[in-house]
Amino acid sequence: MKILSPLILLIILILIAWVGTALAGLETLFGLVIPYVALILFIAGFLYRIYYWSRSPVPFRIPTTCGQAKSLDWIKRDRFESPSNLFETLIRMAMEILLFRSLFRNTKAELKPGPNLHYGSNKWLWLGGMVFHWTFLVIILRHYRFFLEPIPFVISLTEKIDSFFQVALPILYLSDILILAALTFLILRRIFGGPVRYMSLFQDYFPLYLISGIVLSGMMMRYLTKTDIIKVKQLSQSLIHFDFTVPSGIGAIFYIHLFLVCVLVSYFPYSKLMHMGGIFFSPTRNLANNSREKRHINPWNPDVKIRTYHDYEEDFRDKMIASGIPLDKD
Amino acid sequence: MSWKTLSREKEKMNDLFKIVIGLVLFFGLFSIPFWAGSSSGGNGPEIVVKEGTEACVESKEFMRPNHMHLLDQWRDSVVRDNDRVYTNASGKHFEKSLTKTCLNCHSNKEEFCDRCHDYMGVKPYCWSCHLSSEEQI
Ligand code: HEC
Ligand code: HEC
Ligand code: HEC
Ligand code: HEM
Repeated sequence: MKILSPLILLIILILIAWVGTALAGLETLFGLVIPYVALILFIAGFLYRIYYWSRSPVPFRIPTTCGQAKSLDWIKRDRFESPSNLFETLIRMAMEILLFRSLFRNTKAELKPGPNLHYGSNKWLWLGGMVFHWTFLVIILRHYRFFLEPIPFVISLTEKIDSFFQVALPILYLSDILILAALTFLILRRIFGGPVRYMSLFQDYFPLYLISGIVLSGMMMRYLTKTDIIKVKQLSQSLIHFDFTVPSGIGAIFYIHLFLVCVLVSYFPYSKLMHMGGIFFSPTRNLANNSREKRHINPWNPDVKIRTYHDYEEDFRDKMIASGIPLDKD
Repeated sequence: MSWKTLSREKEKMNDLFKIVIGLVLFFGLFSIPFWAGSSSGGNGPEIVVKEGTEACVESKEFMRPNHMHLLDQWRDSVVRDNDRVYTNASGKHFEKSLTKTCLNCHSNKEEFCDRCHDYMGVKPYCWSCHLSSEEQI
């Protein structure tokens, strides 16, 4: 049920877009209103999430490190696994975000006959995750050709590299193939992954299915059921310049693609996908491990009333002398 | 009895400054189209179809999204099967040739093919081998 119900939801979403445009002809709704609403939901939700997280106090240094911290000069330390200043932390964060460094260390425990408990390195999730996120980025970058006029050089360059092998016309993008492979792996990993399946929820499957739906509808539009993408660019330009015109005659396949994108975009800040912003707020990653160099005091600590031994001695001086207890200060 | 209060120097609780920088970077980059694009894109490319040319190989509605598929089929059937004649939906015959057919009618490549392609950022690699007009021969 957890596996199928998100799929059913996806099919319903596709049907909504198809019925709405192919049968009911609500192009203005699906081409103008819903994209703007989705964008507003995205920005508002994103800002709210960041605001909410930024209010969390971070009183202590709790980085999880994997290397020797900075201490005495003659102890060899690991600068980027256990950073001690802002620069080193930035490098460590960059490795985490761009290369998924900590996922690379992923291990898997397996019970083998014997019985033997085996721990082995498991890089498949790292590989699948890397391929998925990087191709997703490339695809989004390439889509900027719909939103920018004139098209900047970086976008054309990405496109050129992506179509390096010049297979078929229009040229098959490498990123399209790779993202499909990665998505398939990520979905199958949850379904056939034993323990992973046990802990996977609706909200784990849904984004995967939704993104697969977006990718498949996009690829269908490019390679099979073509639609006039000149008009698509006109629509995106009118969205950006607030012209509020929808060119007629764009196929329903485009509106399905766009509607699924709108669902994804508006769902984004309210779901686990927000890890995109969340990674920057991970105190186990974004803090320098400098507790030995610098004293960090919990800002919540109330102002504590203290009484020193000196005060105590002052108060009870007479009694202490009387009973012969030695004093610090005569 | 006398009590003292111990005040300590307090650390700030969050990094508002860094967060704002991050947000400005993220939203700035992602909204590039809104502030960096020129406003000329809404009307689409102005393509010039040469006057006096007969009807296209297929209907305009078909050609606009599908001409690259057609060219692909032409190329494959010429190069692989030496099949050089194309019969269109209304039974008319055309020679399957990029330069001799398409560019015979659309000899104004710069004002026709290129304008559309520049608008969409498509750069067909065909012209590194194929001639774009008969004059070049
Ligand atoms: C109405 C605008 C328009 C006109 C006119 C036009 N094209 Fe295109 N062409 C496109 C678009 C848009 C694409 C990209 C389709 C895509 O990315 O799905 C394209 C793609 C192509 C491709 C595939 C290129 C690739 O890298 O995928 C070829 C080849 C091509 N056109 C040839 C021609 C030729 C030759 C002419 C002139 C005779 C021409 N086109 C005129 C809009 C046009
Ligand atoms: C016999 C002359 C002729 C030939 C050959 C020809 N075309 Fe056309 N083509 C035309 C005409 C005329 C139009 C304008 C149709 C209209 O406006 O209804 C046109 C329209 C088009 C369009 C749509 C442009 C628009 O206004 O949106 C494309 C794309 C196109 N042709 C590409 C090609 C390609 C690619 C080939 C080669 C496979 C080709 N044409 C061969 C005459 C020709
Ligand atoms: C590496 C050089 C090269 C490139 C690049 C190239 N072609 Fe060709 N093409 C050829 C050769 C060689 C033939 C065979 C010519 C013949 O037998 O008449 C051919 C034949 C064709 C034909 C049929 C014959 C004719 O006269 O046009 C078509 C159509 C064609 N190519 C389309 C394309 C398209 C579209 C592209 C760009 C996407 C392209 N070609 C890119 C070399 C190339
Ligand atoms: C999360 C965002 C999006 C994703 C992941 C996505 C994904 C894809 C993919 C994988 C393709 C196949 C071809 C390619 O790789 O370029 C595609 C094509 C396409 N997408 Fe998207 N898309 C997104 C957003 C959008 C938006 C906002 C638009 C509206 C303008 C759009 C319009 C199109 C069009 C018109 C095509 C066909 C392109 C062509 O024929 O070359 N997409 N999309």
